[in-house]
Amino acid sequence: MTSLNNLRKTSLSAAIAVSIALVGCGGGSDDPVVEEEVVVVPPAPTPVNYSYEVKVLNLTVAQPMSPLAVVLHNEGEFWKIGEAASVALENLAESGANTDFLADSMALASASGADLLMPGATETVTVTLVDTMPTSFTLATMLVNTNDAFAGITAKDISNLAVDESISLLTGSYDSGTEKNSELSATIPGPATGGMGEGFNEERDDVDVVSMHAGVVTIDDGLSQSVLTEEHRFDNPTLSITITRVE
Amino acid sequence: MKFNKTIAAIMLATSSVAVSAQELDITVTNLTQGMHYTPFIVSAHTADVSLYKLGEAASTELQMMAEGGNIDGLDTMLMAANADIIKNPAAGLLAPSGSFTTTITLSDGNGYLSLASMLLPTNDGFAALNGWKVPTDDAGAYVPGTYKMNLNAYDAGTEANDEIINGAGAPGAAGIPAAPGMNAGSGATGVTTTEANQTIHVHRGNLGDDNLTGGKSDVDNTVHRWLNPVASVTVVVK
Repeated sequence: MTSLNNLRKTSLSAAIAVSIALVGCGGGSDDPVVEEEVVVVPPAPTPVNYSYEVKVLNLTVAQPMSPLAVVLHNEGEFWKIGEAASVALENLAESGANTDFLADSMALASASGADLLMPGATETVTVTLVDTMPTSFTLATMLVNTNDAFAGITAKDISNLAVDESISLLTGSYDSGTEKNSELSATIPGPATGGMGEGFNEERDDVDVVSMHAGVVTIDDGLSQSVLTEEHRFDNPTLSITITRVE
Repeated sequence: MKFNKTIAAIMLATSSVAVSAQELDITVTNLTQGMHYTPFIVSAHTADVSLYKLGEAASTELQMMAEGGNIDGLDTMLMAANADIIKNPAAGLLAPSGSFTTTITLSDGNGYLSLASMLLPTNDGFAALNGWKVPTDDAGAYVPGTYKMNLNAYDAGTEANDEIINGAGAPGAAGIPAAPGMNAGSGATGVTTTEANQTIHVHRGNLGDDNLTGGKSDVDNTVHRWLNPVASVTVVVK
């Protein structure tokens, strides 16, 4: 009904504009009335920005986080417990590369962190959507000294967030289920292997569904083949996230 | 005036009876990658019913559930308290990353929700929701909405976490009943023979090892570990 009403109002105002133009042209002249086409150009609406400052603290001891992937969207979830990870999520969780994740078709606006987010470090990423108020927020980042662990939250409802209001969250860690948690040197891309281990590999040799992460075992806790040490262990939560709407 | 108040109170009581046949949709999701849950017991009960208290010794009924996945004891206890009960809503084990949804109808006054299940493979680890109050408004009516919560893993404190898979599930019998799924080991010598905290406490997690045919533990340290939370519960009040 609302759009129909708007349509009627628009036609009415266009009709008024045309008749005024006709009167103007015919004023006291013998010239034939020239019907000019009048184009009514509405004033361009000022773009409305929905802008969010996302402050993230890495709560782990020795798990740098890959560049943060921050997405505003209105539908869907970027992962779900018990369902297979998308290839974009698999890539993020195995290698830390967030390009495909940020370019997902569900994303209305997205932003990346600048670099690795080191343990104890805080980074603020700003993400802005023009003219549409986003309802959902997703953030993902890889714990880089793991096979395929990632941290964050997906489809957090931010539709009630007013300007200057914020939401603070403590979030846990997930396992993308796409790579076995062998903890072998050849399979971990982070500084624990000097960055020498493999990142993304399209083969899925694990359970192939997303779950919460069980944590790393490490060589110090009985996994003799592990390249990881006790300091690479983590518990939940792994990230502290504060989302503040600034515009 | 007193008479009027009594009438008002009766009317209020009547109206709360009218809304008391409340239905709840309850969804439970196993958040772990490698742990199974034994058959759940889900119940709605009054405020004075409790499955356990942290820091206190487990009841025999809870011990049966936590050591062997046997919910008959809790069922009997809850039936005696006139609780509404749903047994085994997942129709068997709840596999890693799996979920189930069940609907429970609350009898008058049963405005508290509890559910429990044993984690396999553990000696006496369990996850539970213990007397969650279904939200009500000032008039006592249930507030429609979707409520989400996460559950942690607890240790019943009734059995040493030896991590030996030997089929034992009876209260007091040492050992783990089974490791469904993959990588159940055998031939372990045992992680420990004692239980330092014999009250209900937060589970410290499985230790496990990387030796399927020996070592200290029959549990696989790359499969049968977990971090909290281990399950999520979504309650929809219609």
